Amino acid sequence: MLIIEDLRVELAGRTLLKDIDLQIRPGETHILFGPNGSGKTSLLMTIMGYPQYVVKKGKITFGGTDITHAPINERAALGIGMSYQRPPTINGLKTRQMLDICAKRTIDAGEMARSLNFEDFLDRDINAGFSGGEIKRSELLQLKAQNPDLMLFDEPESGVDIENMALIGTTIAQILEKESPRAGNTKPVAQQWKERTKMGLIITHTGYILDYVPADKGQVLFNGVLACAGNPREIFQCIGQLGYEECVKCTL
Amino acid sequence: MYTVTELEEKARRALGKKATFGDDVDLDSFDRTFVPHKYLAEEEICALPEDEQKRLIMSGLDVTDKGRGGTYFQKDTTVIHCHSDEEGIEVMPVTEALKKHDWVKEYFWQLVPVDQDKYTASAFLELHDGYVIRALPGSKSIYPIQACLYLDKENLQQNVHNLIIAEEGSELHIITGCATSPHMKRGVHVGISEFFVKKGAKLSFTMIHNWAEEMTVRPRSVARVEEGGVFINNYICMKPVRSIQMYPTTHLVGNDATAMFYSVIVGTRGSYLDIGGRIFLKNRGCRAEIVQRSISNGAHIINRGHLIGEAPDIKAHLECKGLLIGGGIIDSIPQLEGHVEGVDMSHEAAVGKLAEEEINYLMSRGISQEQATSTIVRGFLSVDIKGLPGPLKEEIDRTIDTSNKDTI
Repeated sequence: MLIIEDLRVELAGRTLLKDIDLQIRPGETHILFGPNGSGKTSLLMTIMGYPQYVVKKGKITFGGTDITHAPINERAALGIGMSYQRPPTINGLKTRQMLDICAKRTIDAGEMARSLNFEDFLDRDINAGFSGGEIKRSELLQLKAQNPDLMLFDEPESGVDIENMALIGTTIAQILEKESPRAGNTKPVAQQWKERTKMGLIITHTGYILDYVPADKGQVLFNGVLACAGNPREIFQCIGQLGYEECVKCTL
Repeated sequence: MYTVTELEEKARRALGKKATFGDDVDLDSFDRTFVPHKYLAEEEICALPEDEQKRLIMSGLDVTDKGRGGTYFQKDTTVIHCHSDEEGIEVMPVTEALKKHDWVKEYFWQLVPVDQDKYTASAFLELHDGYVIRALPGSKSIYPIQACLYLDKENLQQNVHNLIIAEEGSELHIITGCATSPHMKRGVHVGISEFFVKKGAKLSFTMIHNWAEEMTVRPRSVARVEEGGVFINNYICMKPVRSIQMYPTTHLVGNDATAMFYSVIVGTRGSYLDIGGRIFLKNRGCRAEIVQRSISNGAHIINRGHLIGEAPDIKAHLECKGLLIGGGIIDSIPQLEGHVEGVDMSHEAAVGKLAEEEINYLMSRGISQEQATSTIVRGFLSVDIKGLPGPLKEEIDRTIDTSNKDTI
């Protein structure tokens, strides 16, 4: 479980996030809406532990451990992972090797890549010359290999063409254990749902991801403040009709 | 062809001539007298002390000779092992070859000017030995020939002269290691190398340097590549050394001749590394590529690269990247010279630091900061060398990996 309490975060002396309270329970996936520059990526980077995002107040707890000031790799070890929007290129590091790093062992990268149509990229340097959609598939592949409990997705649909959207969407649903329950499973559906442990926090602008991932909760981040916790589809509809500013008025 | 007397006169006149680049070395403070060593049978090489073996292995010498087509092993001034297992490939000590075969004289001092500087002069006047490796026309070596130039005697100046000849249509791979024994500190290595890549031949030459902290190294090498020939020159130096200055030069004289230089250099505090590479493209269709990767961990590194396009339809590229990770200086000097219309020449050079963003990205995949750093450095040093046989490529990767772990 992820618990964020009364968080205030600064970047280079400027307050980006304030009064943030957020709880994600095992099995839950939350959607984060918000206009450009509202602090969505900053929130994800703060949870992941990027040192330039300085926590000035409040606390982040994950799985019972206070991680407010833990380094990035410790958070990763505790089970937090992230799908980046614009990850850096690392020259000379093959995608295949990156997957081994994520999985902490040598894995059958070919097998894993097949599900995302990514075999052809395994022997290329990670992110080097990847298109927007390729980056997303590469990021998902890395998360699959890493298999963390809490997954942070920074705009997983951006730059993805229509053809690949379904692939991205269903893959995210799959790794977040949000696929439709399978018939033939001996356990009753209610129990299957109860036993889910994966947690997700997804930033979206377009809302496309909602077509694939049945999310539990939506929230709007506006000017560094979280508002409008509720049904993600309703919130998305409201934003579409009235705009962010009108939409957050209900709580601010 | 010069007569020996002419060469000698020229050499004597150049004895005091400083090199264009690099710090000047007082050669008089070193000993050049011959050091006798016992010739070793193959199995005796395997019986060398473990720490010596380790030094040899790290310089590319496989003591078991497995996966090798032949061996030349020189300790100080003396050849202690020399043989070839490959049909069509000859491996001989140069002093012996000069006495036995007239054809050797046609190559000796043909490319490197004997009066280039005091080092070439000294190597002529007080030559110890060196190797002649020749692939006969059409012969293809499967396994690389290994050559090792080993220094054991304190304060020695080792003078070596090598001739490498790939006859028409042949394919030859050489891995050559230069190393010092574990106890040795101070010395000089002067190595003259002349490469002849004939029509349609392919030669790869991989040099691994493994020196001591007070060693001074002055290689002088020139290659000549004929029509359709390919010359691949790899250089790896990741161990402390006091000073290396070299500027290997290749003349692509035939149509469609190709030269590729790859170098991987890691320099630590106290090292002065002036490493160049120069390729003349003298005929239509010639191709050249120089790729340099250097990391300074406190060293002063100078990367020179010079491409000279003298004919149309040539293509040449120079890529020089440096990473400063623990102080020091990287001085990158790329130079392109086009003499006619129709040349296609380019370069990219960069000197930078480890990117925080890349370290964080890797850490978010679960590895520590130290592991992330070494992963990035490893990636930086991994150069995609084309045209090498699989096992040799793997071996080079392994060498870089091991040295990387030791150094960083």
